[in-house]
Amino acid sequence: MKILVCISNVPDTTTKITFTNDNTQFNTSGVQFIVNPYDEIALSRAIELCEGGKGTVTVINVGESTTDPTIRKALAIGADDAVRINAAPRDAYFTAYQIAEYAKTTDFDMILCGRESIDYNGSQVAAMVGEFLDIPSISIIKKLDYDGTTATIEREIEGGKEVVSVTGKFVASCAEGTAVATIPNMRGIMSARSKPLQVVEAKEIAQMSQVTKFETPAPRGAVKLIPAESAAELIGLLHTEAKVI
Amino acid sequence: MSVLVYVEQVDGKFKKSVFEAVSYAKAIADIQGSSLTAISIGNVGENELKELGKYGASKVLNVASDQLKNFVNQAYASVIAEAAKKENADVIVLSNSFSGKGLGPRVAVKLEAGLVDGAVELPKLDGGKFSVKKNAFSGKAFAITELTSAIKVIALNPNAFGVKESAVDTSIETFTPEVKATDLAAIVKEIVRATDKVSLPDAELVVSAGRGLKGPENWGMIEELAGLLGAATACSKPVSDADWRPHSEHVGQTGIAISPNLYIAIGISGAIQHLAGVSSSKVIVVINKDPEAPFFKVADYGIVGDAFEVVPQLIEALKAHKG
Repeated sequence: MKILVCISNVPDTTTKITFTNDNTQFNTSGVQFIVNPYDEIALSRAIELCEGGKGTVTVINVGESTTDPTIRKALAIGADDAVRINAAPRDAYFTAYQIAEYAKTTDFDMILCGRESIDYNGSQVAAMVGEFLDIPSISIIKKLDYDGTTATIEREIEGGKEVVSVTGKFVASCAEGTAVATIPNMRGIMSARSKPLQVVEAKEIAQMSQVTKFETPAPRGAVKLIPAESAAELIGLLHTEAKVI
Repeated sequence: MSVLVYVEQVDGKFKKSVFEAVSYAKAIADIQGSSLTAISIGNVGENELKELGKYGASKVLNVASDQLKNFVNQAYASVIAEAAKKENADVIVLSNSFSGKGLGPRVAVKLEAGLVDGAVELPKLDGGKFSVKKNAFSGKAFAITELTSAIKVIALNPNAFGVKESAVDTSIETFTPEVKATDLAAIVKEIVRATDKVSLPDAELVVSAGRGLKGPENWGMIEELAGLLGAATACSKPVSDADWRPHSEHVGQTGIAISPNLYIAIGISGAIQHLAGVSSSKVIVVINKDPEAPFFKVADYGIVGDAFEVVPQLIEALKAHKG
């Protein structure tokens, strides 16, 4: 079995988000980059499925050489090898196309991604890869079992879940519940340095979208404090002042 | 040129988020001076389809096929792309729901279109440029995204635009596109849906609680408060990590991001990762016994007090309010 796991290089979850160049660029100065937390869940599930010599896990990232430390982190968590498509990701369409083109050159059983990236909050790549490869894609999954040919997947739906069965190649985007993200141990960190990281050149494709400007949310006004002993007044305020109930 | 909106049905009915997507798509059609067509897939009755006219859909393409009664994004994307070609649509709108997230990207690839998911405002058409504002960095910022492709796909965030009535005459047309067998490779085995609870992602009101509740046995009052409000329940990450509540209730940077009209946070300190998922809520109420809790800095209303004393007071007041 061979599993491809797509990983995105994103700012750490505690990052203070600021912009430069008249709010057209994300300010990366002093920012710590990490493996997108949802991609870590996908990676952890892939490693579990391949445990005991049942298969290998390849992580794939579309990025420039600056993302190598993040790829090494994924290798430390337990991926067997890595592929980096050498290009700055322009948009999800571009990223998905590169991943699909690479997938066509290799024999794989499934491709796993995280449910979304925590920078642009896009949930596009998994389903786009599925479409480029003309194979099923299941988005926002919470559980994944695989018997070697058929996957049984639970995906999230509003107010519940749906169980889907897929035989043959597929793509899935993983949410919490699919696995608990694995923390790399010292052996993993040491061995990550010597694991293969292949660099592949990107293929050309038209750009579909671009971020032209960032905005930050308007600050909220000061909090209106209500004494605990008259907490009941809150209900009236929500009704007459905030008009939300 | 026209706008096409996909209307997601659940058991033959449309939810509020669908009417919101139709309202949004109608507003785009008005900007363009074009017309709005809706596409419904699955078994939906004529009366329900006619409802779409109330929000501006002048035509409804109805794909009622047993083969397509369950949502399979691969097949649904083929149908929507066919409909877009038939209607000569250059803008396709859908809800950024769980199913929408699996569908929009496939439609975009089929139509060689750019996609904005998580849109929060109407597109701006400025000097031939088509730009859409979307959430980014988990609510810490917005990204103005220009779609440079000829065809554009937009997935609208729930509660971002609101439902707006704009009644037009509606014609319902049966549409029977061919579906490849390979498009139906994913098989839906089971659907489990709690019908007695408000679904969190598109809830207008949300009551959320954190570690301050001390244990899962204390959620009775949270559920009672939510029940009285008609609100969905949510929780913080430590709570779902400890299995006090299901992961599907976890809101925050690594859970789900929500933007309800009212978010009541009880016993949640307000870590930056939690705030990221809820900061676009319209009104935030924080109840915490620690006056230094960071959550108070982003709250509209705050009560410094013990949840076990405050929440029962709120329940009583709400019962009195509802009479």
